[in-house]
Order: sequence, then C-alpha cells, then structure tokens
Amino acid sequence: MSAALEPHEHEEEEELPAWSLPAEAVDRIRVPVTLPDQVTREWAWGGSTGGGVRVCILDSGIELDHPLVGRVDRSVAVLRDDDGELQVADDGEGDLCGHGTACAGVVRGLAPDVELTSVRVLGAGYTGGGETMLRGLAWAIEQEFQIVNMSLSTTRTKYVERLHELADRAYFKRVLLVASAHNMPVESFPWRFASVISVGSHEEADGLTFYYNPSPPVEFFGRGLDLDVAWLGGGTLRCTGNSFATPHIAGICALILGKHPDLTPFQLKSVLYQTASNAQAAA
Amino acid sequence: MSDLEAAVAAGVLGADEAHRALLQATVEVARAIFGAKAASVFLLDEEADELVFEAVAGAGEGELIGMRFPAGTGIAGWVLTTRQPLIVDDLNADTRWSRSAAESTGYVPKSMMAVPLLVDERALGVLNVLDRPAESRVRLAEVDLLGLFANQAAIALDLLQRARRARAVLAGEGRLAPLARVAARLEETERDAAFELLQALERVLVETS
Repeated sequence: MSAALEPHEHEEEEELPAWSLPAEAVDRIRVPVTLPDQVTREWAWGGSTGGGVRVCILDSGIELDHPLVGRVDRSVAVLRDDDGELQVADDGEGDLCGHGTACAGVVRGLAPDVELTSVRVLGAGYTGGGETMLRGLAWAIEQEFQIVNMSLSTTRTKYVERLHELADRAYFKRVLLVASAHNMPVESFPWRFASVISVGSHEEADGLTFYYNPSPPVEFFGRGLDLDVAWLGGGTLRCTGNSFATPHIAGICALILGKHPDLTPFQLKSVLYQTASNAQAAA
Repeated sequence: MSDLEAAVAAGVLGADEAHRALLQATVEVARAIFGAKAASVFLLDEEADELVFEAVAGAGEGELIGMRFPAGTGIAGWVLTTRQPLIVDDLNADTRWSRSAAESTGYVPKSMMAVPLLVDERALGVLNVLDRPAESRVRLAEVDLLGLFANQAAIALDLLQRARRARAVLAGEGRLAPLARVAARLEETERDAAFELLQALERVLVETS
C-alpha cells in the first residue's frame, strides 16, 4: 500500500512546465478541446456510445455473462496474500452480493460501448474494508481508467488523509472518481472531497435527467429511485438508492468522454454542469 | 464485592433491559411511521461474522430475537458492506437474496428498506423495514427519514453493547475481565500506581493508533 502511495515519478512524456510558464512554453500547453459558447447535450455526447472509454467498477465484483452487463474486459480482486499483504489479483469469483453487477448494468445501459473492468473490494468480510478499498482505488488510478465508479464510502477517519491524497492524484491523472453521497447523518468519504464527482438521487424516471446542485457537498443528482437494476443470476431487481444514481452519472461521463476524450476532470465537471437538466432549462 | 465492582454494577444494573426497550421502541415507531408489516434490527457479531436479530416489531415479534444468519446474507449483508441505504421493491425477483433465510424466519417479505447502523466509525448492524403498504411508492424523503431512525437505533444498539460488555466484565468474562480482577485485588496504596500505569498505556495506544 505504502509503495503505491509514493509520489509518482515523473514519466518521460511529462515535459510540460510544472511550476512556472516561460513565454516560449505557451505553445506546449495548447488546450486540445475548448468548450463552445453554448455547451449543449448534442455537443457534449450526441452520437456517443462511450466507445473507447475505460470504466472501472470498484465494488463487489461483476457477474459474468449478465445480459444487462455484457462483456467484462477484466476482473480483479484485492485480496490478502499468505503474508497478510493486500494484493491485486485476477479474480474468477464474479459478484458476491450483486451490488457491483447492478452498478455495471446501469453504466452499460447508458454507454453500451464502454470497456468495463471490475475491481472487487467488497464482500470479503467486514474488517479491513477500508484498506482494501484504498488498495483497489490506488490500483485503478495506476491503471489510468478514465472513470472509476465508487458506489461506496468509508466512515473511518483514519483513512481520510490517504483517500484524499488518492482522490487528488486521480484528479490530476485524469481519472474521474464518481462517488455515492451518503444520505445519513454521518460523515463518510470520499464523496465529500471536491476532487470527486459526488452523486445523490432525484425522483424522476429518466436516466439522462440529472441536476447540478449549487449547494455542495453533493454536486450532482442522478436517477436513483425505482430502478430495475441487473441482479445476480441474470435477473433484475427493483431498487432505490444513491448506489444506483452514481453509475448514472458515471455513464453520462462515459458518453461525454467517448466524444471528447481529452477533457480533464475539471473540464468534464464543467460540461456536466452546463448540460445538467436545471442548467439547460435555465439556458 | 470490591468498590470497583460495586460502582460498575450500579451503572450496569438494569441497563441491558432499558437499552433493549429503547431499541424495541425504535423499531416499533419505524414500523408505525412507514405503515410496514414489520421492522427489525440486526446486530453484526464481528467475531462470528453473523447477523443477530436484536429487536423485532410486527411479524416475527417475540420469536426471532437471537436468531442468527451469516453476515453476507441477503440485502442486509450488502447494506452493511457498502454502508449505503437500499430499498428493494420486489424481493421475489431476487434469486439469491437468501429466500431460505427469510423462510426460516416464518415470514417472507416482498419489499424491504434496509439501512446500516453507524456509530462514529463503526457499522453495528442494520435496520430493516419490511413490506410497506403496496400502494405507497417510495419517495426519497422516506429514505432520509429512515436514515434518521437508523441513527437513533444505532445509538440504542451501541448502548446495549456497552452494557453487555460491562456486565461481562462483572461476571468475569470477556477480554477486560482480567483487568477488572487485577484492579479489584489491588490495595488502595497500590491502586494509584496501577492506574498511572494504565493511563501511560492508554497514551501509548492513542499515539500509536
């Protein structure tokens, strides 16, 4: 774990000025995408199916061959080895409780051509869950997934600092963390961090309806009420919860990145804001 | 009985029953507010990795207390793992939600609202509300309301567990029992030094945790 959390070494390609900007370097930071005067949904994701976007579901695993999920490109699990060290290893367990399959199905439903990877960090006992989640998240950031869906949180404050560091690292590495807000009177993380996209639920029945909340910490509301989600055994289950609003926003982000792969998390959040149902209505 | 034991006994006496009554009152109110067939609280027994019925209102009341399930079982299991509330409206469609576990309780619900019981940083158990009236659609405000009930139930469950641990110490059981026995045997003069040692130990534990 600690090795994974060391500050990243500078990679060869990273030549951009980091601390200051000499005049001759301005050309080097040319922005590949500029947002139009009016960011519409058509501009943002019209015609996109999420093709080429790598989405990671950090959860309880994903059931293979579920009709609502389709192809899962890779499944790994965070497990303790014989020495008690946490390792990321290929995993054939599928989904132990159904939660990850449900989230994966929501993403697939919105963005049919994304590449899905499952990182199983839940469902293997209740102790040490925080460390497992951190290790899985660190791995997902190392792998540079464009989107990581986190329909989970930890209430343990001992993990907050490391989790915060990982969330910031993800933000600068163009790994978008989409995290479920907690609608209970307890503090939990990482959804409270400004570097992630935090998601609560609205009550409408359209998966592409979403709202920007100008009063954070919850920044966006996605569809989370009365959903028929993918469930174990190839079936579906009618559920309600922020756990399912989160992959709706992750799926919409995948559509946007499918069309505009160069967007940074900062830019993507701006596009989300400008295409939110309440912002589009105001425009 | 030593002074220490007497003091602790005074604090614990009846607390178990009072806290259980508080927990029971919480599930009864939750059941009434949601117009549900039943409401219950599971305690997570971490050592056994099992969920235990601690309070039940409505269907199963009086029979289920103490019944255990593997902690990974069904909806309650994953509410605990994800620490996210969940509402499921058609449990019959769920092939793996441990229908057999539900059947062993003598009551198979059609719908369930489940919310984790969190105190500080710990997940203590799950509050379940079973079978709201069929015609009432879930609204998000209900999920928020359920979260508030969960907070109350979590506090009651925490108190109940504390009382049980204190009782176990008195009865000479549990990990802290040797500590209580040692403290009880100490003479007055030795006790101050012993407590200083304990405080030093506590400081070390706080600094290293």
